[in-house]
Amino acid sequence: MTGTSSDTPKEFFVIEDPHHGDDHGEHHHETGTMLGFWIYLMSDCLIFGILFATYAVLGQNYAAGPAPADLFEIELILVATFALLFSSITFGFAVLRMDMNDLRGTILWMIITGLFGAGFLYLELKEFTHLWHIGATPMASAFLSSFFVLVGTHGLHVLGGSIWLIVLLIQLGQHGLSHENKRRVMCLSLFWHFLDLIWIGVFSLVYLTGVLL
Amino acid sequence: MSLSHEAADGIAHVSGVDPVFGKLSWGVFPFYEPIILYTFIVVALGGLAVVGALTYFRLWGYLWKEWFTSIDHKKIGIMYMVLGLIMLLRGFADALMMRGQQAIAASGGEGYLNAHHYDQIFTAHGVIMIFFVAMPFVTGFMNYVMPLQIGARDVAFPFLNNLSFWLTVSGAILVMLSLFVGEFSTAGWLAYAPYSGLEYSPSVGMDYYLWSLNIAGIGTTLSGINLVVTIIKMRAPGMTLMKMPVFVWTSLCTNILIVATFPVLAATLALLTADRYLGTHFFTNDLGGNPMMYVNLIWIWGHPEVYILVLPIFGIFSEIVPTFTGKRLFGYTSMVYATCVIMVLSYIVWLHHFFTMGAGANVNAFFGITTMIISIPTGAKIFNWLFTMYKGRIRFETPMLWVMGFMLTFVIGGMTGVLLAVPPADYVLHNSLFLIAHFHNVIIGGVVFGIFAGIIYWWPKAFGFKLEPFWGKVSFWCWLIGFYLAFMPLYVLGLMGVTRRLSQFETTFYSVYFIVALVGALFVAAGIGAFIVQILVSIKKRDQLRDTTGDPWNGRTLEWSTSSPPPYYNFAFTPRVHDLDAFAQMKREGYVRPTEGYVPIHMPRYTATGVVMAGLLTVMGFALVWHVWWLAALSFAATLLYGIGHTFNYNRDYYVPADEVREIENQRTQQLAGAAE
Repeated sequence: MTGTSSDTPKEFFVIEDPHHGDDHGEHHHETGTMLGFWIYLMSDCLIFGILFATYAVLGQNYAAGPAPADLFEIELILVATFALLFSSITFGFAVLRMDMNDLRGTILWMIITGLFGAGFLYLELKEFTHLWHIGATPMASAFLSSFFVLVGTHGLHVLGGSIWLIVLLIQLGQHGLSHENKRRVMCLSLFWHFLDLIWIGVFSLVYLTGVLL
Repeated sequence: MSLSHEAADGIAHVSGVDPVFGKLSWGVFPFYEPIILYTFIVVALGGLAVVGALTYFRLWGYLWKEWFTSIDHKKIGIMYMVLGLIMLLRGFADALMMRGQQAIAASGGEGYLNAHHYDQIFTAHGVIMIFFVAMPFVTGFMNYVMPLQIGARDVAFPFLNNLSFWLTVSGAILVMLSLFVGEFSTAGWLAYAPYSGLEYSPSVGMDYYLWSLNIAGIGTTLSGINLVVTIIKMRAPGMTLMKMPVFVWTSLCTNILIVATFPVLAATLALLTADRYLGTHFFTNDLGGNPMMYVNLIWIWGHPEVYILVLPIFGIFSEIVPTFTGKRLFGYTSMVYATCVIMVLSYIVWLHHFFTMGAGANVNAFFGITTMIISIPTGAKIFNWLFTMYKGRIRFETPMLWVMGFMLTFVIGGMTGVLLAVPPADYVLHNSLFLIAHFHNVIIGGVVFGIFAGIIYWWPKAFGFKLEPFWGKVSFWCWLIGFYLAFMPLYVLGLMGVTRRLSQFETTFYSVYFIVALVGALFVAAGIGAFIVQILVSIKKRDQLRDTTGDPWNGRTLEWSTSSPPPYYNFAFTPRVHDLDAFAQMKREGYVRPTEGYVPIHMPRYTATGVVMAGLLTVMGFALVWHVWWLAALSFAATLLYGIGHTFNYNRDYYVPADEVREIENQRTQQLAGAAE
C-alpha cells in the first residue's frame, strides 16, 4: 500500500471506504483529548512548581511573626490528608465500575469521592479561619503569604474539581455512560489524582517539615 | 497585636472605594493631556466610521456568523494576523512618539511628553509589541499553516482555539482601554518589583497590565496545548516526525516552550496581583518579601518567550528558502536538532538578563556560557539556509528579499548578543541603549522581517491572489534602511553610556544620533505605509494576481497541494506522505488528483461560546482594575456558568455530505483545467 518498491505507483491519498470512515475519526479525537489533558496537567504542575519554589524561598521569612510550629495542628491536617487520599481510592473504584459499564456504581463512588473532597475542603476552611482569627493572615509575613497562596491554590483546585464532579454527575444522569461522558470521567479522575499528588508535596514540604524541623 | 493590625490594614485598602463604581469617576478620563485628547478624537472618529460602514453594508451578521464564532483554524489564523496588524500600528505610534521626544530632548528642547506620560508609552510599546503584535502574528501563522502542512482538517480542539484567540483579544482590549480610561503602567514591559508593587505604583496602570496579561496568557497557554496535541496526534499517515516540514518542527518546539513557560508567567503575575490586591508580601521590601525573586521568575518565562517568537520565524525561513531556490533544505536533520537544542537551552539562560543583580561570579559564568552556547545551533541554522541557497536557482521574489535582509541583520544582532553574554561586558552595557539596539536588532531583523516574509509567502494561499511585488519591495527597502538608521546610532549611544528609558537629557552632545534614529523610524513608518498600500493595491488588482493553481510559488509542502484559498475542510482526501517535502515528491512522481470517491467529512460546528466567555472576562478584568467588586464577581460567575453550560452541549460536530464535497472539488477541477490552458 505504501509503495515501497519503485515500480508500483505510490498512493498519495487516503481513499476511505464510505461506510467505514467515521469510527476511525472518533477514536483519533479521543486519544487527542487525553493527551491534551495530560499536557494541561503538566502546565498546572508548573504553576504549583513555582508556588512550591516560592514557599521554599520565602517560607522562613517570619517577619517576627509566628512560625509553622506555632500554627499548624498536625492532627487536623492528617485527617484532611486521609480524606483526600481516600477520595482518590474511591475515584479509582468509580473508574473501575465505569469500565464494567455500571452507571449506578460509577455515580455512587463518585458521590462518595465528592463527600471526601467536601470534607477536605471543610477542614481546610476550618484551619484557614482559625489562622485568620489568631492574626496569622496572608498579610502578616512572606511566610504566611506563600503558605496561604500555595495551600489555597490547591484548595481552589479541589473546589473546582468538586464543581466539575457535580456537573459531571448531572451529565451522567442525563446521558449515561456515553462515549463523551466516559472521556470526561477519565479526565476528572486524572485531575483528582493529580491534586492528591500535589497535596502529598504540600503535606510533606509545608506541614511535616514545618512541624518537625 | 501587630499581626491583626496588618490584617486590618489589608482589608481597609480593599474596602476604601465606592461600592458601586469602585475607583471610577469622571476624573479618570485623561483628556487634560492634549495628545491623548486628539488621539481619542481620531480613534473615536475612525471607530465610528468602521462601525458605520459595517452597519451600512450589513456586515455584522456576516462577521459574527462567518468569523467571530468560527472555529476554522484558517479563519482564526487570519483573525490573529488582523489583530497583530492593528496592534502593530498602535505599538509603532508609541515608538514614533518616543523617537520624536528623544530627538527633541537631546537637541535641547523639552519635548511634548512629560516623564510620566513617556514612561507609560515605553511600557505600552514593549507590552503591545511582544504580547499583542509578535505573539498574534506568530500564533496566526502556526494556526493557519501548520494544520495544512500536516494534512489535517483542523486543530485538535477547535473550540479551544477560538476561545484562545478571543482571550488574546480581551487582553488587547484592556491595554487599549487604558489609553482613554485611566492610565497605563509606567513599570516597563516586565514590571519589575518592588516598583510595580502597590507602594510605588498605586495607580490603575499596573492593574491594567496585570489583568490584560493574565487573561491573554491563559489564551496563549491553551493555544500551546492545542497545537502540541495537533502536531503529535493529527499528522497525515506516513508523516513521521522526521518527515515533518521544518515549520511544523519549529511550531512543535515553540508550543512546547509555551506550555512550559506561560504557566510560570501566570503564577508570577498572580503573585504580584496578590501583593497588590490582597496585601501579601511576595515581592515587597518589607515583612520578608523578596523583589529579586520576581526578577528571576519573570525572566524564567521571559527568556524562553523570545525563542517562542523567533523559532516559528526560523521555520518560515526554512520554508521560503527551499521554495525560492528550488532545492530541498540543506541539512534538514541538523535543522531539527538545532531547533530542539535551542528549545532546551532557552530555558537555562534567563539569568543573563540580570548579571548585575549580584548572583555571584560562578552563577554569572554559568549563564554567560549557556548563553554563548545557544548561538551555536542558531549559527548552524544560518549556515543551513546559506548552503541551501548555494548553487540554487534563486528567485528574488519579495519573501526572498526579506529572508536575505534577515540573514544579514540577524547575524549582527546575534553577535552583539554574544557580546552582552560576557558578564564583565554586561556590567558596562547593562540597561544601556546598546541593549535596546541589540534586542531590536534580533526582534525586528528576525521576527518582524520573518512575519512580512511569511505574510507575502502565504497570502496567495489564504486569499487566492498574490500580493503585488512593487509596493512590497518599497516596503522591504524602507524597513531595511529604516532599521539600520534607527538602531545603529543606538549602539553608539549605548557604548557612550546612555541608559534606556530617558525622556530628558542634560546635554545636546547626543543630538545628532537621536535625530538619525528618528529619521530611521520615519523610514520604518514609510515601510509600514507601503505594506498597507501593497495590500490595498493587491486587493484592487486581485483578478490579475489570481492564483488558480493553488501552488503559485512551486511550493514543496502539503499546503500548496490544496486550492487557494483552501476549502473549509482543507483536503477532500487526507494526503498520504512518503517523503520529506511531500508535495514536491507528489509533483515529481506525477500524482493524479482523485476526482471521485468522496466520503462525508467529519467537521466541528461553529460556536459563540468563545466570544461570549472572553467578552465576560474582559468585563471582569475591567471591573477588577477599577475595584468594582460586584461587577467582577458577577462577570466571573457568568463566565463560569456559561462555560459549564457549554459542556451540556453534546452536539458539536457534523458530517459534510459527500455531495457537497464533490461540488466544491468539481469547481476546483474546472479551475485547474482553466489554469492549464
